Amino acid sequence: MTDALLSTNDTSKARRERVRKSLGRRHRSETIFRWAGILSIVAALGFVAILFGMILSKGLPSFWQSTLHVEAYFDPELIEGGPQPQPQDSASPAEYQQAMAQWQRNVTLSNWNAIVERAVRTSAPDADIETRDLLELVTTAARFQLRDMYFANPDVLGQTLPVSILASANTDNWLKGTINRELADARQQLSAETRQLADRFVAEGIITFDFAWHIFTNVDSRSAPATAGLAGAFMGSLYMMIVVIVLAVPIGVASAIYLEEFAPKNRWTDLIEININNLAAVPSIVFGLLGAAVFINYLGLPRSAPLVGGLVLTLMTLPTIIIATRSSLRAVPPSLRQAALGLGASKNQTVFHHVLPLTFPGILTATIIGVAQALGETAPLLLIGMSAFIANIPATPLDSATALPVQIYLWQGNENRNFFEARTSAAIIVLLGLMLLLNAIAIFLRTRLERRA
Amino acid sequence: MNALVVAALLLVLLTVSYQVGWSRSRKLASGKGDRLHSRPIYHGVLAALFALLPAILLLSLWALFSDYVSSGFILAQLPLETAQLTEVQVQAAVNRVHALANGFGVVGTPSPEEMGAARAYESFQLVTSLVVVAAAAALGAAGLFLAQRRIGLRLRARTEVELAIRIALILCSTVAILTTIGIVLSLLADAFRFFTFIAPQNFFFGTVWNPRFQSTGSGSAGEYGLLPLLWGTVMISIIAMLVAVPIGLMSAIYLSQYADKRVRSVVKPVIEVLAGIPTIVYGFFALVSVGPFLAAAGDVIGLDIRATSALTAGIVMGIMIIPFISSLSDDIIAQVPRAMRDGSLGLGATKSETIRKVLLPAALPGVVGAILLAVSRAIGETMIVVLAAGNSPVLRFNPAEPTSTVTVSIVNQLTGDAAFTSPQTLVAFALGLTLFVMTLLLNIMALYIVRKFREQYE
Repeated sequence: MTDALLSTNDTSKARRERVRKSLGRRHRSETIFRWAGILSIVAALGFVAILFGMILSKGLPSFWQSTLHVEAYFDPELIEGGPQPQPQDSASPAEYQQAMAQWQRNVTLSNWNAIVERAVRTSAPDADIETRDLLELVTTAARFQLRDMYFANPDVLGQTLPVSILASANTDNWLKGTINRELADARQQLSAETRQLADRFVAEGIITFDFAWHIFTNVDSRSAPATAGLAGAFMGSLYMMIVVIVLAVPIGVASAIYLEEFAPKNRWTDLIEININNLAAVPSIVFGLLGAAVFINYLGLPRSAPLVGGLVLTLMTLPTIIIATRSSLRAVPPSLRQAALGLGASKNQTVFHHVLPLTFPGILTATIIGVAQALGETAPLLLIGMSAFIANIPATPLDSATALPVQIYLWQGNENRNFFEARTSAAIIVLLGLMLLLNAIAIFLRTRLERRA
Repeated sequence: MNALVVAALLLVLLTVSYQVGWSRSRKLASGKGDRLHSRPIYHGVLAALFALLPAILLLSLWALFSDYVSSGFILAQLPLETAQLTEVQVQAAVNRVHALANGFGVVGTPSPEEMGAARAYESFQLVTSLVVVAAAAALGAAGLFLAQRRIGLRLRARTEVELAIRIALILCSTVAILTTIGIVLSLLADAFRFFTFIAPQNFFFGTVWNPRFQSTGSGSAGEYGLLPLLWGTVMISIIAMLVAVPIGLMSAIYLSQYADKRVRSVVKPVIEVLAGIPTIVYGFFALVSVGPFLAAAGDVIGLDIRATSALTAGIVMGIMIIPFISSLSDDIIAQVPRAMRDGSLGLGATKSETIRKVLLPAALPGVVGAILLAVSRAIGETMIVVLAAGNSPVLRFNPAEPTSTVTVSIVNQLTGDAAFTSPQTLVAFALGLTLFVMTLLLNIMALYIVRKFREQYE
């Protein structure tokens, strides 16, 4: 026995030695493991930071765009069409309209570029620059801007007015340095004279960097990229979101109520449940194929219409809303239902008068998650033709339109990379801002509703 | 048919019928000492249902079938030579008349027959729409009459209204089923039409993807080998998983096991922000930042990495999937019973040993399910690969080269204005079917595994 004890003592000493040795190794591996965890969190947070840093640093400068502040002289010798026709007793309304249309055509045909040119030249009378190079400085939409000023108020004829004209996209690139300023002349978008004049204007304060409100108020433009804005895409997205809210929320909430409160547990409801879970994981592009085949090809709904886009996005967000609503219904304590039933309420009354009001915060959150998801979806919209170039604000959900994420897709593919990289980032900032706003509203409303409940 | 007129008619019908049901039942109740079975509001709703449902049913039937009726009428008006035309030409002729009658312009000068048909069609439209609206109104009135005759003390209006609500709820919950059926049917139908042009074996086992567009005039239909696209998809998904699984899993483990509450409450939402960012933003990020960065990094170490490549798309897709993996694994690890963890710690194992040898093996089925779900998401992801994978559908095994995927090809083939008759367009549905089946199998497998795992510890 003592022998045995001795031997155990012996081995226990050896074992203790072994354990002590292995302890160092084990603690080292513990540290390594812990650091691996910290590193992956740092990596994930780093990705968030890099992503937002890149978007913000590229996109924010795009909200301040170079603008010329010059004096435009509405020269009576250049503007054709004569005085604006007035309605007269002797002429019928049809004749007046015809005269008006003729006048507008004549005014449009005037040499507005000459007026733009003179306005710029008066700010730099000594500049030795050709007309073509000078006009490169400002956006091609400048002549329409002056024409519209004249249409709005024909009395400006013969007057000199201060106007703010956007610089062209190429000028903006040059001034912001988004194009390499060291490049040789042949590889620059603008001639040497134009670049020199732009720099001079900035030094003299004639070109300033003004907040680009037109990003929010203008529609997309190909001929004058400097004036391209998001208004059309915004309206398209708005229509689609309205369709999604009007259709997906009632249908989603109704099916969640049925499945959670009424449905018997049998094979059929099991099938619906599995089906909804699967539908939530079907790739979004498959919904686009469904939309193209069923809504456009079979039912003959118009291509590029926000209505069709909204329908596709409705089907896509339905599972999200159903799943979230079901979980908030499940969270309502069963005692509440039992109390209502015990007092003689019918099953319907129990659900609609007592259970459902408690789930409003949950349904609201589900709706906003679903709408935010639909707002950022691009792929299915490409398949139903919403990637066409549309230069109008859609008046109804049946007009051709595009959507914010699709506008981002279109802009990132624009040939004028230097300008549109920043403009795309600006559009992304607007889109992310909208989503942030939606989520903030959701959190605000939820806390308010929950406090009251 | 003017939609506004119809809507106004329905609204009037709704108000009148509700009012009739409500006031009649009220009068009954107040007259004698008897009590109504249901409150007046239910009688009102029931009357409105009786009046509106038949009318709405008729109107929607008309909306569905008016196209067939009107094109049949136009065909009858047109001269008989149309009988020898193909289906498409007949449809075009009908469309011309339709456009003429509705005051839209048509290409070329319309023939006298067409003008005649258009005039006849115009009056036909007017008459039929008047008849349909009148019939709907009559049905509504009849329904209302029937409903108000039924009103009585013993009428179980509430039960009937609740039945109607129940049916409406059931109908809503079938929308999800109908969506799935719609997806399957539309994909199958158009994919089969595609397989009448191209043999299935050439599609599924072909190694060349070259869908020539007909406008190039080569005459041939092109080659539609799926394998290059499938390989591109698989390669990008593997890269994405290589990025997402370690980072996502490790951050879930660290946040749930090591981090203190404050850190967790800040870091977790920030990582989840990644999940809410639209994929087009990731695509732009890949195109503008990650791609050029990788190319420059490749230059430094002497590797030729293209800016748009499988690597770029895969890495960015991995970033997108990180929050997906981390929140799912977080849930799953939290479900492993605490006793198992405490037992291991009590025996003297270190924290990391407990996690690696006890927690992870126990949570493994769930984690595998989460990864499968993530893979299915990576396979179906579109915008990142459209922007950043380089769109080069050639069978290559180097991830630093441009590639293409199933989703990219769907977008490329279907964004034109082409009709649904050429293999160039229809192939999108064959690709979509492949994609749908792949993701469906992954999802079912994953959901099954996750469900089994949950049951194990519940």
